[in-house]
Amino acid sequence: MAFINLKNKVIQVKIVYYGPGRGGKTTNLEYIHRRFHDRIHAEMVTVKTHGDRTLFFDFMPFDLGLIHGYQIKVQLYTVPGQPKYNATRKLVLRGVDGIVFVADAMAVCRESNVQSLRNLQENLAAYRKNLATLPWVLQYNKIDLAEQGIPVLSVDQLEQDLNRGFGRPAFPASALKGINVAATLKKIISLAVTSIREELM
Amino acid sequence: MSYTLDQRQLDRIEDILKADLVDNGVRCVFLIDMAGNIITHMDNGEKQHDIYSLAALAAGNFGAVSAMAKIIGENEFSLLFHKGKKENIHFNKISSEFLLITIFGNEISLGFLRMKVADSVEQLKGLLEPLVPGTDG
Repeated sequence: MAFINLKNKVIQVKIVYYGPGRGGKTTNLEYIHRRFHDRIHAEMVTVKTHGDRTLFFDFMPFDLGLIHGYQIKVQLYTVPGQPKYNATRKLVLRGVDGIVFVADAMAVCRESNVQSLRNLQENLAAYRKNLATLPWVLQYNKIDLAEQGIPVLSVDQLEQDLNRGFGRPAFPASALKGINVAATLKKIISLAVTSIREELM
Repeated sequence: MSYTLDQRQLDRIEDILKADLVDNGVRCVFLIDMAGNIITHMDNGEKQHDIYSLAALAAGNFGAVSAMAKIIGENEFSLLFHKGKKENIHFNKISSEFLLITIFGNEISLGFLRMKVADSVEQLKGLLEPLVPGTDG
């Protein structure tokens, strides 16, 4: 639910990183915070458990600069990935304008990726939204682990499991090394902003 | 779904918040939506807070407490108050989509603040309710 302030010419856009636990959602935000520190004027807010897992969400505001005379303020959120925290995941999705689904490319995570995507669809339905119309992209994280001999799903397999029927932009990535993190962010911001513009025209 | 407020609407909202709250000694007031977006904020110039983080946490906090209310059989808790040593935060729901948050010191009594917030909320309702139909959630 983007908010457009015509007085100050500011558009606020909410992007949520969703996906299974330990998939790299928080790592994406941490990388963005380091890489784009000139555009992020606040510390990243995290609500974590003692075990350093995301309990509620991570949050980071990101200034995109001017587009057509409007200042775009992107609010980046992550959700807790663990199945038991579904109530908080649902809360964070409220008013979402764009989603990055961060899948874990490790072969052992195949089922949890599929379950998390299904869970996302169920939670969106509660807000009368769905993946057919909402701007979203996929990120296949940890793809680089294959170099260390860890069994990793192929991009074809991930596409088959998660993107069949959707055909959304998908990025093989390493959130830890920063590979394709910025490309994923750019794509979802561009899709979300375009969608808001179309909605208003 | 997106929504827009123009200069006239935002000026009207700021006039209400200034007259009812800032001019009566509230340190900081901000109006947010339940997605965590800031619609407007005003303060008395003494302290600068990280309002974007505050708004994100406030919307999450309010959502979490509302979910707790449902579990114990209440429809909602429309008002929340957190007391600190020097600073206090008061949350008041305006409609299903909007929330008014005030930060105030100990020189204002909670009763007085609640009365002033209630006045503001009544006026803001008329301005905000037509903007977003309450379908989100």
